[in-house]
Order: sequence, then structure tokens, then C-alpha cells
Amino acid sequence: MATSTQLPPGPSGTVSRRAITWVHKNLFNSWFNSILTLLAVAFVAWIVPPIFEWAFVNATLTPTIEACRAVSGACWGFVNANLRLILFGVYPYSEQWRPLLAMIILLGVIVASLASVKYPRLQKFVLPMWVLGIPAIAILMWGGMLGLTYVQNSSWGGLPLTLILSTIGIVFAFPLGLLLALGRQSDMPAIKTISVVYIEVIRGVPLITVLFMASVMFPLFLPEGVSIDKLLRAQIGIILFTAAYLAEVFRGGLQAVPRGQFEAGDSLGLSYWQSMRLIILPQALRLVIPPTVNSFISMFKDTTLVVIIGLFDLLGAVKLALRSDPAWTKYYVEGYAFAAAIFFLICYSMARYSAYLEKELRKGERR
Amino acid sequence: MSKTQQAPGGVRSKGLADYLNDENVRAVIYQIVAIGLVILAGWYLVSNTLDNLERQNISTGFGFLDLEASFGISESMIDYTPKSNYATALIVGLLNTVKVAFLGIVLCTIIGTIFGIARLSSNWIVRKLATVYVETFRNIPVLLQLFFWYAIIPGAFPAARNALQPIPDVLMTNRGIYVPVPVADNAYEFMGIAAILAFVIIYFMKKWADKRLDATGQPFPVFWASIGIFVGLVLVAYLAGGAPTAMDIPKLKGFNIQGGYNISPEFLAVLIGLTVYTSTYVAEVVRSGIQAVPSGQWEAADSLGLKRSVSLRKIILPQSMRVAIPPLTNQYLNLTKNSSLAVAVGYPDLVSVSNTTMNQTGQAIEAISIYMAVYLGLSLITSLFMNWFNKKMALVER
Repeated sequence: MATSTQLPPGPSGTVSRRAITWVHKNLFNSWFNSILTLLAVAFVAWIVPPIFEWAFVNATLTPTIEACRAVSGACWGFVNANLRLILFGVYPYSEQWRPLLAMIILLGVIVASLASVKYPRLQKFVLPMWVLGIPAIAILMWGGMLGLTYVQNSSWGGLPLTLILSTIGIVFAFPLGLLLALGRQSDMPAIKTISVVYIEVIRGVPLITVLFMASVMFPLFLPEGVSIDKLLRAQIGIILFTAAYLAEVFRGGLQAVPRGQFEAGDSLGLSYWQSMRLIILPQALRLVIPPTVNSFISMFKDTTLVVIIGLFDLLGAVKLALRSDPAWTKYYVEGYAFAAAIFFLICYSMARYSAYLEKELRKGERR
Repeated sequence: MSKTQQAPGGVRSKGLADYLNDENVRAVIYQIVAIGLVILAGWYLVSNTLDNLERQNISTGFGFLDLEASFGISESMIDYTPKSNYATALIVGLLNTVKVAFLGIVLCTIIGTIFGIARLSSNWIVRKLATVYVETFRNIPVLLQLFFWYAIIPGAFPAARNALQPIPDVLMTNRGIYVPVPVADNAYEFMGIAAILAFVIIYFMKKWADKRLDATGQPFPVFWASIGIFVGLVLVAYLAGGAPTAMDIPKLKGFNIQGGYNISPEFLAVLIGLTVYTSTYVAEVVRSGIQAVPSGQWEAADSLGLKRSVSLRKIILPQSMRVAIPPLTNQYLNLTKNSSLAVAVGYPDLVSVSNTTMNQTGQAIEAISIYMAVYLGLSLITSLFMNWFNKKMALVER
């Protein structure tokens, strides 16, 4: 692996010769590898053409059931015909520009926040963007003011719901997780115990049980007459759950800050909160940006679990579209593939971003 | 706050403000406030809950566990009928959870290790294929994958009447896969005892072989000897038990298949979904574990003239285990917890059975606290075991 000697591309090496060298080195460098290569090529030849034919060659985009019955391949017409149902759920048809706009604002704010790691000039805009963005999204989604009709949140759905649940989840889980991480690191036994018990209990149970607790038990907790709707309960469940995981991410960051930094804060006569705010947390949080992005990815994927308690996020909306007309029911593969593609696109780009950040941040440490 | 800070030293009597600024006093106050808040919140929730329960006429407590469950469970590892009580139903659910989680852990470890090693292969195409597998399946939500497999599995096989028979007596239908199982016989109990006995003997043999290796440097083929002992003992027990050959073979009767052991589509969907999803994470853990082993170790193995496969097995993998075990534990725990998603495709796991119980009895708090406690317990047992294993594998510095 590390011992491989790179041949310098000599002036006599033509393109085809270099190609042969490459093939020899990367595909046929031993009898075992040669067999593997042949097997892998056979596998690709076996699996890729049928999928390609199914998805593109024999497929149709025409949004009618007749067109779908006529082809042997994929019925993208199902997605085409139900696109707005899949993307926006049962949000009133004529008002769907509102969730679209809300989604664009949300994505813009997220992208700008992520980019601010690389472009420090953006940093001072991050907080104002969130402070303005979240109410704007709320107004767009709910309406009931500025001439927008009121849409109750039981009609929210699709991709905007997925994005909102996960973003609001992380925005509120962030400070809670930070407090829990500080609590766990604290010298005060009572506060430490409370934090540890909370973190370990929540991390020890599946998200779905937390969601069931939020949807079934939570109403019992409230005094008579007070009720919180299902979406908000799910959101609270997601926040409580994510906070426990983020707390462990932050703990890692806090542990990685050298002791001397804490002592430096003390010797300056700073109070606990001052030295946390000015010295420790900026360093600790910077260290854990990549795992925080990873937490965001997993919570984005986990948001699909709200389907189980009857909310229609992107995945739920696909199921809704499949059920909307019995004729469409058999085109589940297309529906799931479409949803999978969206999730993949978002999660994969975040994962690449996280990997890039890791490299970028390490570059800063190497001097 | 600023006032008291202006007088750091000086001789003057201590006022209340000084006490409040004393770190220890403050710590006590913070803690009292924190405990107080927790107790207050707890009391508030409990009193509201009790009020609500009283108003809705729901009794509290676990008395319902003795009542007749009167609902069917599609698959069960122990005797269960709708006449059994709720406690039995919950145990059935728990066993189903353990079954799918255990098999999932074993399979995802094997598949994940293969893909993790493949991602580091010197073979370009193998490396790329492994990367595509890992990146695809880890970036698609596991619930979507479960839905997908559950949608595709029943559709992939024909109805019972036209069941596929890839191997004689194995029937593949849209109701799952039916495999023949041996009819119960004493010989199988003997075989079980023989297997346990074999493990004990293997344990002591391994100890002896390690000791001999340390003392004399002579290796002993522990792996092959273990297989020999295990197969031999079990075979002897089988023959001594009278070598029963009666099999319960699945057969089409009417419109359904009778006999044999049914692997249901629900179980398959959950198992495949969890295994594929978690194996991508295991692959990454294995890959980073291998990469964490200094390349000098490869070179040392090369210079000893070891084959690459031998160096991987004897030198690299054991060292990478040290790095890999803690994150691997997390993945096992994740898989176990994710098995609760079985409820979405109708596999009767613990959560699914508890939810039915909850809907029938209205005992929401009890049902939810039962499964939360069980998952906590499972998590705790897994991490205790893995911590023990981790300690055993950890580098012993002399």
C-alpha cells in the first residue's frame, strides 16, 4: 500500500502504454486481484444494464396510468403526476409557493451558515439570518397575517416538513446539548448526575420510543384543557433526542481543549461563563464542526420516523401518493427511488462537506 | 456582580454578596436550584398525569400483564396463542427483537468487514464498487430502506400455489420463505449439550495453545482443531442419539403452505434493511481501524516474508480491532435500537406488541416504560460486554 513505487511517466510513455500500466497496476497486479477484477466486471455487467434499461430506456415520464402500463420499465409518470403531493404533502394546492419559498429561505440560511466556516466574512451574518429566517418561515408556513391565509400545521408535509423538523431540531438541540455537555463536565455532583442520567437514558432508547412517548404520553403530562398539537410534540421529541447526542459530540470537543486554556481563563480572573464564552467554547465547537454536521445528517435521516406517528414528511408523502389512487400502488419502487434520491443528494452533499471541513480544519493545525 | 468584583481583597466583614460570590456557596445554590427544578417538573408532570388518568378512568400499575391478550402474533419463538396473557405477548415481542438484532449484528459485521477491507483494496474496480455500496446505503434513511425491502420482497416471489423451489423442499413464496426443520428429538438436545461441551474444551485448548506458544514458540492450529472438536463432538452426540432423520418439510396444502419453518417477509425486510444500512457504518469503522494501524506494521510483515492475507489476518486486523471496537459497539447498539422500526412493516417486535397492548388496555405509560426499560437494559448489557471485550483486546503495555 504505502510501499508502492510510482513510476515517473517517462517521455517515451504514450497514453496507451500508460493506460496499460495503470490497468496492470490497479486491476491485474496478482492472480487474486485478476479474479476479483473479472468477478467485479461480471457483476457490473450483470446488474447495471438491466437497471439502466429499467430506469431510462424502457421508462416513461408521461403522467398517466395508461402510459405507465404501456412500458416495461420505470413509471416515472407516477412521480411526475404526484410531484406536488410528494414534495408538499396536503398543503393547500394554490398556496404551495409558500412552503417552496420557506424551503428556499431555509436552505439558503443553512448553506450560508455552513459556508461561513470557510468565509469568515459571512460569520457576522449567520445569527441575524437565523433570527430573521425562522420567523419568516413560520409566517410563510402558517400564514394568518400579511394577507396570507391560515394553514394549520396538520396540513404541512413533504420536503419542507422534513427540512423544518430537522433544522428546528438542531437549532434548539444545539444550546440544550451544550448545557448538557457542560453539565456533564461540571464539578457539581448533582448537576453532573442530572446531565449524565439524561444523556445516557435518551441515548439508550430508540428515537421511535421517544416519538411514541411524545405522541402518546405527552398529552397525559399536561393539565386538563391544555393540548399541544402532534407536529409540535414530534418536534419536541426530536429536540430532546438530538440534544443528548449533540451533548456527547460537544463533550468530545470540550475534552480536546487543552487544560492550559481553562487555566488561562482562570488566571485572567474570568468567571466560568466568561471563560467558556470567550476561550473554551470557540475552540471546542470549532473542533467538533465535522461531527456536528454528521449529527445533522443522521437527524435529517431520522426525521423520516415521524411517518410512524402519522405525520407526512417526504417519505410519508410518498406513501400518501402511493395510496392516493389504487392504480398507482404498484409503482412503489419509483416512488421510493425518487425519495431515496432526494435524501441521498442532501445527505451525500452534507457528508462530502463534512469530510472537506475535516481536511480544511486539519490544514489549519498543521504548521 | 460588578460591585463585588471591585473589592477583591481588603479587610472588611463579609456581606451576603461575598457569600454569593464564593464559588463553593454558588455551587451549592446552583445544585439546589437544579434539583429543585427537576423535582418540581417531575411533580408537575406526575400530578397532571394522575389527574388525567383519574378523569379518564384508567387504572395504573402492571396488573394488566396477567390479563388475556386476545390478539394474535404472526411469529413467535415460544408457545403463544391469543389466550396467553400480555406478559407472554411482550416476551414474544422481546424475543423477536433479540432474534432480528442478533442476526443483524452477526451479518452486518461480516458484510461490513468485507466492504471495509474492499474499500482499501489495491484493485480499483473493487474499491469503487465498495465505495458506491457504502455511500449509497448510508445516505438513504433506514426506514425508507425497510419500506423498500418490505414492498419488494412479497412482490418478488409468486403466490403459494406456484412457489419457487431453488433447493428441494425450500419454498419461496410471497408469504416468505419456508425451510424444512428437523422434527423434535432427544438427539438434538444431546447435540446442544455436546456443543456447549465443545466450547468449554476449545476454551481450555486455546489457553493451553497460547501458553505453549509463549513458552516454546510452537504454534498450534487452534482454528482447525476447534472446528474438528466441535464437529466431532456434535456428530458423536447425533449418532449416539439414534441419528434421527425425520424432517418437517413444508408442503402446499390447499392455498397455503403447512409445515417447515417460515421466514416471514416482515422479518426478512427488517433483517435485510438493518443489515445493509448498518454494514455501511461497520465498513467505515473497519476501514478507519485498518488505516489507524501504522504502515510500518505492513512493512514489518512484508519484511518477515508474510503473505498479504496472512499479515492482514494476523497483524493488521487484530491491531485495528483496538481502534474499531468502541465505534463498533455503537453500531451494534444502533442496530438494536433501529430494530424498533420493525413496527413500521408489521414485524411483531417488542415495540409493535407493546403498541397493540397499549391500544387495547390504554396503559400507555406502563407499555412505554416497559420497552424503554428493555432497550436501556439491552444497551447497557451490550456496552458492558463490549467494554469487557475492549479491555481484553486493549494493548497491554509492559
